[in-house]
Amino acid sequence: MIQIQGIHKWFGTHHVLKGVDLTIMEGETIVIIGRSGCGKSVLLKHIMAILEPDEGDIRIDGRSMFSMKQEEQDQFRLKLGMLFQGAALFDSLTVLENVGFSLLEHTKLSEETVTQRVLEKLRMVGLAGVENLMPASLSGGMKKRVGLARAICNEPKIILYDEPTTGLDPINADVINELILRMQKQLKVVSIVVTHDMTSAYKVADRIAMLYEGRIIGIGTPDEIRNSPDPIIQQFITGSARGPITDKQQKETESL
Amino acid sequence: MTNWNDLRRTVSVRVWLQKFGAGCLDIFQGAGGIAFLFKDTCVLLASKKIRWKATLDQMNKIGVQSLPLVFLTAFFTGMVLALQSAYQLRLFSAEKFTADLISVSLCRELGPVLTSMVVAGRVGASIAAELGTMKVTEQIDALKSLAMNPVQYLVIPRFIAALFMLLVLTIYADVIGMFGGYLISVFKLGMSSHMYIKRGIDALVVKDVVTGLIKAFFFGGIISVVGCYFGFTARDGAEGVGRATTLAVVVSLIMVIASDALFSAIFYFF
Repeated sequence: MIQIQGIHKWFGTHHVLKGVDLTIMEGETIVIIGRSGCGKSVLLKHIMAILEPDEGDIRIDGRSMFSMKQEEQDQFRLKLGMLFQGAALFDSLTVLENVGFSLLEHTKLSEETVTQRVLEKLRMVGLAGVENLMPASLSGGMKKRVGLARAICNEPKIILYDEPTTGLDPINADVINELILRMQKQLKVVSIVVTHDMTSAYKVADRIAMLYEGRIIGIGTPDEIRNSPDPIIQQFITGSARGPITDKQQKETESL
Repeated sequence: MTNWNDLRRTVSVRVWLQKFGAGCLDIFQGAGGIAFLFKDTCVLLASKKIRWKATLDQMNKIGVQSLPLVFLTAFFTGMVLALQSAYQLRLFSAEKFTADLISVSLCRELGPVLTSMVVAGRVGASIAAELGTMKVTEQIDALKSLAMNPVQYLVIPRFIAALFMLLVLTIYADVIGMFGGYLISVFKLGMSSHMYIKRGIDALVVKDVVTGLIKAFFFGGIISVVGCYFGFTARDGAEGVGRATTLAVVVSLIMVIASDALFSAIFYFF
């Protein structure tokens, strides 16, 4: 279980997260939606302990990564896997070295065993014969799938997806959605997906939470979110150009 | 009205003080950041396993691939040094001291400083650009998410490689510079080959060579840590990487020159 308690984060004078509270249950897929720049990725990086909060805490299975020593934190972090927005594959390493990175660095498994594990994970994400290619020669969709293979290579209990379908064509986006669902079924992991793609959110989510102005303003099943009476949530999920979100933004722009 | 506001802003003491204060804060933040990165590097160097394959790869990039540039710089500097010193020494009929001057000034000063400047321009920029690109494409975050310390993975191989390669490149630059001076002294100034080599070597004492190499060793550390720091702090996409690269070169050069003055003063008195 993941408990996010009153997370605040400032970048200089910009108050990005203003007290985020969220509890994520075992085996659940939660989708965090919100406008670009609202702090979704920042929240994900806090869960991974890549960023430290200015206030608040995140407890995973009752333990806070922020109070751990570096070595312990690194060990604990191996329980989590993250798919980054642009896949963030290491340019100088082959696909095999990218996917097997944590196995090569943190285990004493033989090279042959690592190769077998990597090939198995690549097959799970629907890729074969790419292990010796460099990331530069892969398409956007393939990069995301290799990024996902890297995230699951260490068999984590929690997988974080940062905008997994952004920048992909609709077919590739759906392939990634199917992969998220398959990972969920096969590995029985907790999945946290950050996105502003509502098609993807409805397809993969057990629950959807909306982040707006640094706070969670609504949370529920896809149906509850779809039927939410909150005009802010309604404007976001329907993708309307007119509504309370844009009205407020316009007022702020005018006052400047 | 707008022009009047612009004018007020231009001449406003408060705005000037704000800019001055922000500049000072940037400098202290940078200095502190570089110092902390240096500390982290030293701590991890002592406590973690060194990645020798990556270190050798960096030695190739920093050292071997800098050889042609260091060759050209040192060779022409040696030639110019011979010509310029002979021009002055001729006034005192002391041209035979040209070899002494070349070897001492190269080993004590020009060898380490010129090599460091060339390496700061070539390698410092490349480190900052590479790490900056990794930062803006979230590869550094990906390293952390895979439980790998970026300082251990990225900085330490570059740091060790720069320390030792600067040392080797400086010895190489000293020899090539003396060879450049030899060509001018023997073929242009009419000095005998034997005399140039004998005087050049006799003029040197161990301290001259050692102090030059100590400087080179520290300059290697400065160039790598400064390059890595500005790479790690890059943001805002391609423009940010460009800014980080420029800053890495500028700050490395300033720090090399400033620490050279400090080392020269220390070695002069001790």
